[in-house]
Amino acid sequence: MGGLWGKRERLAMLLLLLLALVAPFLVYPVFLMKGLCFALFASAFNLLLGYSGLLSFGHAMFFGFAAYVTAHMGKVWGVNPEWAILGGVVTAAALGLLTGWLAIRRTGIYFAMVTLAFAQMMYFVAIQAPFTHGEDGIQGVPRGRLFGFIDLGESLTLYYFVLLVFVASLWFLNRVVQSPFGQVLKAIRDNEQRAISLGYAVNRFKLLAFVLSAAFSGLAGSMKCQVFQLASLADVHWHSSGEVVLMTLLGGIGSLMGPAVGAFLVVSIENYFAEAGAWVTIIQGGIFVFCVLLFRAGIIGTLSQWLKGLYSGVGKA
Amino acid sequence: MAVAADYIVETRDLTKEFKGFTAVSGVSLRVRRHSIHALIGPNGAGKTTCFNLLTKFLVPTSGRIFFNQRDITHAQPAAVARLGMVRSFQISAVFSHLSVLENVRVALQRRRGGYFHFWRSDRILDQLNDQVMDLLQSVGMTGDVHRLAGELSYGRKRALEIATTLALDPEMLLLDEPMAGMSSEDVLLIAALIRRISANRTILMVEHNLNVVAELSDRISVLKQGRILAEGTYQEVSNNPEVVEAYMGSPDD
Repeated sequence: MGGLWGKRERLAMLLLLLLALVAPFLVYPVFLMKGLCFALFASAFNLLLGYSGLLSFGHAMFFGFAAYVTAHMGKVWGVNPEWAILGGVVTAAALGLLTGWLAIRRTGIYFAMVTLAFAQMMYFVAIQAPFTHGEDGIQGVPRGRLFGFIDLGESLTLYYFVLLVFVASLWFLNRVVQSPFGQVLKAIRDNEQRAISLGYAVNRFKLLAFVLSAAFSGLAGSMKCQVFQLASLADVHWHSSGEVVLMTLLGGIGSLMGPAVGAFLVVSIENYFAEAGAWVTIIQGGIFVFCVLLFRAGIIGTLSQWLKGLYSGVGKA
Repeated sequence: MAVAADYIVETRDLTKEFKGFTAVSGVSLRVRRHSIHALIGPNGAGKTTCFNLLTKFLVPTSGRIFFNQRDITHAQPAAVARLGMVRSFQISAVFSHLSVLENVRVALQRRRGGYFHFWRSDRILDQLNDQVMDLLQSVGMTGDVHRLAGELSYGRKRALEIATTLALDPEMLLLDEPMAGMSSEDVLLIAALIRRISANRTILMVEHNLNVVAELSDRISVLKQGRILAEGTYQEVSNNPEVVEAYMGSPDD
């Protein structure tokens, strides 16, 4: 099989990339960057849910804690952004290794509960630890100069940096899925017992997927901190864990662009219906119910099925 | 010749108790190397439980298991598979969202190594495709290479499962009802295949199709209510009055 990358997909990707390059001249860049950060978060989450079949309900701890570490390193230690971001990613990966090592011993709802329990513990740490500044969070984090000479204070420069990180990460996550490791991961998702009977120690594969997912969730959190110059309790709250599940399901699990589309949808709703106040959650809920009923495979999943049907129809005619 | 080395698998007083009942009770089974050994018996006799115990998917309550004179009573299931004892499942076990080719390749990948390489393209696995095609040919499935395994008919899934198991080139195969739900042509194909692959391997199978059992097996163990009722060739076993009674008394077979 030729893999995921047919001619049409390549063209669609190129168009999306062009759109992303001109977008900051048309739309408020900070909104776009927020969307990209959550798109990365959802894509990292999708590696676990879509390709390992593990539903984590604690990913906020990776997202939020990486933000804290990046904020602390950038503000208190005064290091360059690349080191602050790397610090966030490494922290998230280490946290992923520790919690994942215990969580992957359970499956299904129990796995979700264990991850939630760890996330709640980390939320408590975030409230109590002095360096996170409790309710205030870490504010006024300097955007700094990338590698010492690229000024990220400039919104447009920062946007292209965030876009570059997003595209590179998405490429890498896609590579993981389409790698020898990804093959075994998908096999485990489909039939764990059979994978064991073929001689695979499945827990190691799940753990590696968990750590990779945690690391990229951390990268998303660090980038968000870089954009908003802030790390706060909101990012480690379980609400963030729930939101990323929502984004991924809306867009379509197990597809490359689905989670990103879902993320942009949710972020847009929150932004444009902000005046609606408490009604935002009601509107969100309504859209979620609507999508789940109408698009079983998520927006992107359903769209690609529909396109496939369309093209094969044209081919026959 | 050492007597012990003649047997590839040996169990001693193998017992498995679930809450309130004993599924397998004091089974001492010996499987001769390079033979086809069948495990038969009425439903609920403990055949599949035996399989699960041998491949470590279940932990025995008591008793010991040896594979190649090695005590594997406390080994992990994936480790047992790597030692060379691989099982198939009663419910067709394929990876339904992978293609037929990928199903077999996942097994070949395990022997190839490098399966933690998450940074490399899976295109390097294409070098295994020739081997995959050979294996698919042996089960007559070269026409279905790019179909998703989940779309296959039941019989085709079973054939694919056997091809996947063979890809590991195991010293010993445990086949759990390989013929169940197969069309009569597929039964002939798979029976011939089992005969062919048994040349330098040991096969232990659970099978309800007694014609197949009679034709293929060198030795048969009859289980009833978790115990071995009789053991021997098909002739010996089928003339055993206890076995006849066990089968007549059961409406399932």
